[in-house]
Amino acid sequence: MVHIVSLTITTYLLWLGLSGHFEPLLMSIGAVSTLLVVYLALRMDVVDRESHPIHLTGRLFRFWGYLSKEILLANLDVMRRVLSPGPDISPRYIDLPLPQKSDLGRVIYANSITLTPGTVSVELDRQSIKVHALSKEGAEDLASGEMARRVPDDEDSPA
Amino acid sequence: MIADALSWMLLVIGGLAGIIGGLGIHRFPDFFTRLHAAGITDTLCAAAILAGLVLQAGFTLVSFKLLLIFAFLMLTSPTASHVLANAAMHGGLQPLTGKQGVKR
Repeated sequence: MVHIVSLTITTYLLWLGLSGHFEPLLMSIGAVSTLLVVYLALRMDVVDRESHPIHLTGRLFRFWGYLSKEILLANLDVMRRVLSPGPDISPRYIDLPLPQKSDLGRVIYANSITLTPGTVSVELDRQSIKVHALSKEGAEDLASGEMARRVPDDEDSPA
Repeated sequence: MIADALSWMLLVIGGLAGIIGGLGIHRFPDFFTRLHAAGITDTLCAAAILAGLVLQAGFTLVSFKLLLIFAFLMLTSPTASHVLANAAMHGGLQPLTGKQGVKR
């Protein structure tokens, strides 16, 4: 139920933000289309804690703060390697464990690895993930497992 | 005035990051390493330019839409990179390993 309410509110705010109409007539038409979208989503059975993880909101925002810092530092590192005149990269594959219990946690982790310049997730299964790293330092940084620990994971719904 | 200066600073940083990312695509030796260089363009370049444009637009619906573009970009660009790398690996492309010189 709480997911339905939250989906309705976000969909309507999205409609308002994208349309920019604030006249009563158009706003009520927007409300009707919002309800239609929510009805269709319910029929498709996609309104659940995985597609709409509101219980993770606080942890997600904290993780995004941490991830932004990591992305900025990794950007500076890769930019230095691009501009450096001598040999400065040592690409490699590494296999890392996937400690996350939910599919959602695994996807957030794999996407965060790819989003950080210098590391790309290449293949993953339930227990492990194969990562291509641009440098030894980048690989070691990831292998320390700090990012894996910070990823918001939905422990209660193992998939 | 301060917002304007900050905005232009961000736009210039974004532009520079884009150029360096493009330079990296040329200088790095193989497919996988080039993917890392493209990562600069996906993240810092896009983020700085969009942030600069948000400051230009101020507190308006345009800013809201720019932030939405940023949010969707942060979800789609790693997915695309992952799919590319995954396809390259399954297609049998062997990555260069060990210490590499960067082409001049």
